[in-house]
Amino acid sequence: MRAQFVLSETWIGLRRNLTMTIAVITTVAISLSLFGAGLLVNQQVSEMRTYWDERITLTVYMCTDISPTSICEENGAATEEDRTELAAKLDGMNEVDGYEYLTPAQAWQDFQDRLGASNEALAGAAQEGDIPDNYRVQLTDPSHYDTVRAAVQGSPGVDSVSNDRGLLEQFFGLLDVLKWAALVVALVQLAAAALLIGNTIRLSAYSRRRETGIMRLVGASNFYIQLPFLLEGAIAGFAGGLIASGFIVATRFTLLTRIEEWFQFDVALGTGALMYVIGVSMILGVLLCAVTSFLTLRRYLKV
Amino acid sequence: MIHFENVTKQYPTQKRPALDGVSIDVDKGEFVFLVGPSGSGKSTFLRLVLKEEKPDKGRVHVAGKDLARLSNWKVPHLRRRIGCVFQDFRLLPNKNVFENVAFALEVIGKPRRFIRKVVPEVVELVGLEGKAGRMPNELSGGEQQRVAIARAFVNRPQILLADEPTGNIDPATSIGIMKVLDRINRTGTTVVMATHDAAIVDSMRKRVIELEEGLVVRDQTRGVYGQAY
Repeated sequence: MRAQFVLSETWIGLRRNLTMTIAVITTVAISLSLFGAGLLVNQQVSEMRTYWDERITLTVYMCTDISPTSICEENGAATEEDRTELAAKLDGMNEVDGYEYLTPAQAWQDFQDRLGASNEALAGAAQEGDIPDNYRVQLTDPSHYDTVRAAVQGSPGVDSVSNDRGLLEQFFGLLDVLKWAALVVALVQLAAAALLIGNTIRLSAYSRRRETGIMRLVGASNFYIQLPFLLEGAIAGFAGGLIASGFIVATRFTLLTRIEEWFQFDVALGTGALMYVIGVSMILGVLLCAVTSFLTLRRYLKV
Repeated sequence: MIHFENVTKQYPTQKRPALDGVSIDVDKGEFVFLVGPSGSGKSTFLRLVLKEEKPDKGRVHVAGKDLARLSNWKVPHLRRRIGCVFQDFRLLPNKNVFENVAFALEVIGKPRRFIRKVVPEVVELVGLEGKAGRMPNELSGGEQQRVAIARAFVNRPQILLADEPTGNIDPATSIGIMKVLDRINRTGTTVVMATHDAAIVDSMRKRVIELEEGLVVRDQTRGVYGQAY
């Protein structure tokens, strides 16, 4: 086995079909970029889910004299009994890990603390008493969110129960759609890439049929005859994978960073996750190309 | 060296078999002419020796191996023991004489040192000394065929198959080609040459096997091409 001979044959093949090689590399790069982006979004979403599931709380707002909702207008402000009843109800639920009661003063302070820096106008406009007193409820398991929410909603004196999870789910749902769209387009592109590679290798085999004919005749082994073509495919796949890696890294540092900023959320995907996505994309690219080349050769290069 | 026993080969698109119960024995070191009109089965015979085709009936033994029992992945090793020369030379146009001959050794993984040693020897044997650096398009037809013979012989095969090697070459040059083949035969290599060239067959006085419509009609030691042609 002479590596130099095989490599020089491979190089000749790549150069001779330069335009096709470029087409293959481009298609592979695009499909792997989309594939990688899909994987990244997937990882990001699952990390965000875990993050939020741990932190998600249920906020139960009580009615006050100025509450504008119909429930509160009918029943008036929450009484001390309403609060006791709600507290007892929360205490009795297995799904509730614990809760904290914020008086109107505390609620206002909390509001100021949260919004003061980013939205001074809104924080300044709110006065003590504008923010109703509320219960911050921690759950033992975030999957019980809707059960607890439904149970508390009808309780006397309760104005509304926050639906943070519903908001998050909408957002995650959007990311899911994005992810699946990317993966489906990637799949279609990968199929196109496979066909292109098949064609390129076929062209390559045709343009070198003299050489392969002589190789066959003088007793070169099938492996030796096919290897340059397989390498040709694999190298094109690898080059496409390299370009895709660039796009994947770019996606990580632009799109995903944006998402994190919008969501004021500080769990960045680590280098490990990024390397994993790049690794999977590269291996997929090289394997796809090598396998397609192999299958094409079986049809077009009789040995 | 080559042993055919009642070999029949029928191509699916043809009515008449290309070879019809042919039995031929060629011993080690023999020089054999295979003559007969086009379509008589000469090329089929050569293709069967190379295991490019499989016989429908009968047995083919080449270099002591029963080809029916030779697995596909061992066929390359069989072909390393057989050299092939064709009417159309089949040289690589972008390689010079040395590289064309060396190619046959490179692709079976011979070391570079070995190649540098044996290729010039063979180039000299076929009478092309001093022309190793020429490209095929700078050579005459006869010289190109010499390169092809050098390539077929460089791995010292036990058998050399030549399919009308002088078909594209003028009679005067053909004599030179035949001298090269004769020289190779004298090294102990079995040579089987399919040809239409009556003058060459008559002048060489070697064994002649005549095929007609897939049958052996004549097998003569020190024969001639035949009166009918």
